[in-house]
Amino acid sequence: MKHESFSVNRIEYLKKRRKNTVTVHVLRIGLLLLALSLWELLAQFNVIDSFITSSPSKIAVTVYKLFAEDSLAYHMGVTLYETMLGFLIAVALGYAVAIMLWWSDTLKRVLEPYIVVLNSLPKIALGPIIIIWCGSGTKAIIFMTVLVSVVVATITMLGGFLATDKNKVLLLRSMGATKVQIMTKLVVPSSVPTFISMLKISIGMAWIGSIMGEYLVSRAGLGYLIVYGGQVFKLDLVMAATVILCVLASLLYGAVALLERKIVK
Amino acid sequence: MKKILELKNVGLTYQTPKDEINAVSGLSFSVNEGEFVSIIGPSGCGKTTVLSMIAGLIPATGGKIEFLAKKERKDCIGYMLQKDQLFPWRTIEKNILLPLEIKKSLTKERKEYANSLLKKYGLYEFKDNYPSELSGGMRQRVALIRTLVFSPDILLLDEPFSAIDYQTRLSVCNDVYSIIKAEHKTAILVTHDISEAISMSDKIVVLTKRPAKVKSEFFPGLSGETPLKRRELPEFSLLFEKIWKELN
Repeated sequence: MKHESFSVNRIEYLKKRRKNTVTVHVLRIGLLLLALSLWELLAQFNVIDSFITSSPSKIAVTVYKLFAEDSLAYHMGVTLYETMLGFLIAVALGYAVAIMLWWSDTLKRVLEPYIVVLNSLPKIALGPIIIIWCGSGTKAIIFMTVLVSVVVATITMLGGFLATDKNKVLLLRSMGATKVQIMTKLVVPSSVPTFISMLKISIGMAWIGSIMGEYLVSRAGLGYLIVYGGQVFKLDLVMAATVILCVLASLLYGAVALLERKIVK
Repeated sequence: MKKILELKNVGLTYQTPKDEINAVSGLSFSVNEGEFVSIIGPSGCGKTTVLSMIAGLIPATGGKIEFLAKKERKDCIGYMLQKDQLFPWRTIEKNILLPLEIKKSLTKERKEYANSLLKKYGLYEFKDNYPSELSGGMRQRVALIRTLVFSPDILLLDEPFSAIDYQTRLSVCNDVYSIIKAEHKTAILVTHDISEAISMSDKIVVLTKRPAKVKSEFFPGLSGETPLKRRELPEFSLLFEKIWKELN
């Protein structure tokens, strides 16, 4: 479209829209900067006790120190490994179980109450059992991560499978399609949007699982840094690890969102 | 004319958790090769159920449905449903090849035949487009071609135009009719629209309320070449009135 072909009203409208977007961005960053500088200033002038609240400059120094000691990459790597592995296992397992439940209505009805109970159970309650079964190491953390994410992944995916258009199933059946064909030609491709939301939910759950796991048992990782920092009252370390966690979590969520834009046109 | 399909005293009783429903009972009619037959009846009388039985999706619980075609039932019947039911994640070409994929008969000749149908009915240039990029009428034509690719003898049309707005409907109706006639197919149309039935059919089967059986049969035999032209004939409105009375 050529610019000169736009009407005056259209140009006005576009200008207004662009202006609005700019305002939102400016305010967004401004809010962050305002909060950070207020925090910093209050700490500098001892209005608040930076021993308890830490401060942006102290957090930055801590992050840099961790980086200089080479322990930043190490702790990040440990947590990222646990989260990703747990996430991938949970997604694969959840998808497979959802397919089984879609396949057999009887199985679905048999397992329904168990899934409901497992879903509402706070997984942290299983902490001691997991430690006894898997030992107090990475295995236990990954197990916890899978446990926290897999039930929601299954339920979400099954919902997507069951929402398949009945008329399209009828159409395929009239062509003489087998159940495997209905699965591969219709149910799987039509549930791609659900699959993406399932990924988004699972990645969030996986973070909960891995950090919770690290609280319980670990000797490394961001969750460990947070717990350790809390125990020795190093609030700078707690805050620094939390900030890094925020960044990592947004990056992974962004990766899933990018995948979404690629797959769903 | 040769008979291609015959329903003899067909009945259907089906079970629901609450009740046993006698949907069809003592239904008999036959369809000749190349004929266009419409089935109409009061709403909820089980018209769609009759099609499902003919398609073999629901087994009849009584009587007999006889096919006098040489092929197996699933290869001789093409089913067209309400709305086009095109798969939005497949291109037009992939959509029309779907039945061949399902039947595992995606040969080179079949593919060429599919493409020739697309060309013949003015859709070839859209073969790499997605369904959402086509108009309602075009999508309906694609749906019809998808039904034609495996060369079925009988087409079952389950209110295929009910989801289209009236304006488009008349012309799509015309298109579908002329494609079916050009490909020399036998067709059975289920509809609740009396004028649609009159304008398209060689024979109209009127069903009773549930349990459905044949109430009467009409043979319009209108002379116009297309459904649209037939709607202008004086016999059209006379017949309309007759069937209207029959239904009430």
